[in-house]
Amino acid sequence: MGSEAAVNNGKRRFLIGATSVVGGIGVIGAATPFVMSLFPSERAKAAGAPVEIDISKVESGMKINVEWRGKVCWVLNRTPAMLATLPKMDSRVADPKSDVPQQPTYCKNETRSIKPAMWIAVGICTHLGCSPTFRPEMAPADLGPEWLGGFFCPCHQSKFDLAGRVFKGVPAPTNLVIPPHRYASDTKVVIGEDPKPA
Amino acid sequence: MSKLMTWIDDRFPLTPLWELAWGKYIAPKNFNFWYYFGSLAALVLVMQIGTGIWLTMDYKPDATLAFGSVEYIMRDVQWGWLIRYMHSTGASMFFVVVYLHMFRGLIYGSYRKPRELTWIFGCLIYLALMAEAFFGYLLPWGQMSYWGAQVIVNLFSAIPVIGGDLSTWIRGDYTISDVTLNRFFAFHVAALPLVLIALVAAHLIALHETGSNNPDGVEIKKQPKDPKTGLPLDGIYSHPYYTVKDIVGVVAFLAVFSVIVFFTPDMGGYFLEANNFIPANPLKTPPEIAPVWYFTPYYAMLRAVPSFLQTQVWGVIVMGVSVLIFFVLPWLDRGAVKSIRYRGTLYKSFLAAFIVSFLILGYLGTVPVTVWGQFGDGAPFYGADRATVLSRCLTVVYFSFFLLMPWYTRRDKTKPQPDRVRWK
Repeated sequence: MGSEAAVNNGKRRFLIGATSVVGGIGVIGAATPFVMSLFPSERAKAAGAPVEIDISKVESGMKINVEWRGKVCWVLNRTPAMLATLPKMDSRVADPKSDVPQQPTYCKNETRSIKPAMWIAVGICTHLGCSPTFRPEMAPADLGPEWLGGFFCPCHQSKFDLAGRVFKGVPAPTNLVIPPHRYASDTKVVIGEDPKPA
Repeated sequence: MSKLMTWIDDRFPLTPLWELAWGKYIAPKNFNFWYYFGSLAALVLVMQIGTGIWLTMDYKPDATLAFGSVEYIMRDVQWGWLIRYMHSTGASMFFVVVYLHMFRGLIYGSYRKPRELTWIFGCLIYLALMAEAFFGYLLPWGQMSYWGAQVIVNLFSAIPVIGGDLSTWIRGDYTISDVTLNRFFAFHVAALPLVLIALVAAHLIALHETGSNNPDGVEIKKQPKDPKTGLPLDGIYSHPYYTVKDIVGVVAFLAVFSVIVFFTPDMGGYFLEANNFIPANPLKTPPEIAPVWYFTPYYAMLRAVPSFLQTQVWGVIVMGVSVLIFFVLPWLDRGAVKSIRYRGTLYKSFLAAFIVSFLILGYLGTVPVTVWGQFGDGAPFYGADRATVLSRCLTVVYFSFFLLMPWYTRRDKTKPQPDRVRWK
C-alpha cells in the first residue's frame, strides 16, 4: 500500500476539482455580505421620500434651490423673454426635442415643464455631478457673445440652455434631469411624485 | 554586542535578513542624482503612516463633525497643526518624489527586460497611491473634498449598463454623504495602507531578484567577478556606500520639506486648495473645481474629450487608459539600448514632447477652460475654448509617446552601450 503506482490520478484530479468548486462557491457566498453591506442602507433608502415645496414666492425670473433625495433641485420661474430664447437654441443643443428620456413623458415638450414658465429640474450636471451655475445674463465676457442665458457647469464647462438642454460639443452627454413632480395646488409642488391620473 | 547578535541569529535570522534586504545588496556603483527618489518615497511613506496614525487620534469620520475636528487639530491639539501640515505636505511630496522616480525609470529604461515586474508593481503602487490620496482628500469634508469626490465617483457612472449602480455602491448612498465619508476613512487608514505596504514589498523583492539598473543600462550581473572581492566589476554593497549617499538625499529633502511645512503649507493653493477651508455644502458647487495638482494632467485630458453618441464614457476611457498605459511600457519599447545616454534624437524628441505635454496638461487642469478665452471670428475653431483645443492636441502628444514607441524606438539611431559603467 502507498506505493507510487497505486495513485489514482483521475480520482485525485476529480477530488481537487470538486473541492475547488465547492470552496469557490463558499468564497462567493462569504463575500456576499461584504459586497452587499456597501450598498445604501435602509435608512439611506428611506431618505428618498417626496418633498412638497411652496412656489408662491418664486417670482418671474427668480430661481430657488430645494433638496430632494440629497440632491439640489431648481425651481425657476422663467420670464417671457427667457422662454423666447428657447426656440433660438434648437440648432445649438444636442437633443432639442428631448428624445433621450431624461424627463417624465409629461415634460417632453418645448419648455420641458408642466407649466411653461415654471421649470423644475435636478440641478446636477449630467457629466460628473457638479451643480451648474445659473447664468441668466446675455453675452457675458467669459461665455462669449452667443450666450442667451442658461446654466454653466464650473467643473468641466458644460453648457445648458434655460430648459436644461445640453449644448453640442460639451462634456455632458444629455439634458438635465427633470424629476417626477406634480402640482398639489397652484402654489404647491410635490417633487418625487407623478401627477395623479385625472 | 556581537554575543547578543549571535544569540539572536541562532534563533532568528536577523543578520541574514538585514544583509538580504540592504546590507549586502549589490548595486551598480554609478548611481546619480536620479537614484535618490526611491529611498525618499520610502521615507515619505513611513512619515505618512506615522503622522496619519496620530491624526486619527483626533479626527472624527462623521459628516457633522469631520470639518470641525480638522480645525480642532489645527487650533487646539498641541502641535496638531504641525502633524497635519506634515501629512498634507507629505501627500504632495509623495507624488513629487514618485513622479521623479518614474521619470528616472523612463530615461534609463529601468522598466525594460528583465525588470518588467518591478515596473508593474511600481505602476500598481502609483494606482494605489492615487486611490489613497483621493480617499484622504474627502476626509477634511471641505467644499473641494466634497465636490472632488462627487466628480470622481460619478466617473464610474459613465460606464454603460452597470455604471449607475456601481457609483451608488461606491458611495453607499445616492449622493456623497456621511456613509461615504465613513467608508473612505476606512479605506484611507486601513485598507489601502496595507495594500501599499504589500506592493512596496513586492516592488523591492522583484528589484532584488533582477538587481538594479543604472544610468548606463549596464547589467552588472553579466560582468565578470572581481577576483579580490567576489563582486561584479561595477558592483558595490549598498551599505555603507548607498546608506551614506541616501542620507545626503534625506537631509536635502527634509530641508525642502521643512521650508514648505513651516512657510507655505498650502503652497499657494496647490497643496491645500482655498475652497477646502469652507465646509462641504451639497447644495452649492464652488465656482471653480480643480483637483489637487498631482491629478491635473489626467483631469485636463478627461475634460478635453467631448461626449458623443449620448455618452460621456469616452473622456473617462481616455483618462483611464492614460494612466494604465504605463503598465505596457516594457513591451512598447523596442530600442536597442536602455539608457537615454545611448539613445538617438528620435527617442529624445518624443520623450521631451511627452514631458512638456504632461506639464502643460498639468497646468491646464488647474485652471478653467475659459482661461484663454475663445477663438474669435475667422479663426479655424471659431467659438471653441483655446485651452480646450490645446488640451486636445497635447492629449494626442501624450498618447503618441506610447503608441508610436514601437516605431520610433526601432528607427532611432542609437550609440553602442558599453560593457562597463561610466562616471559622468
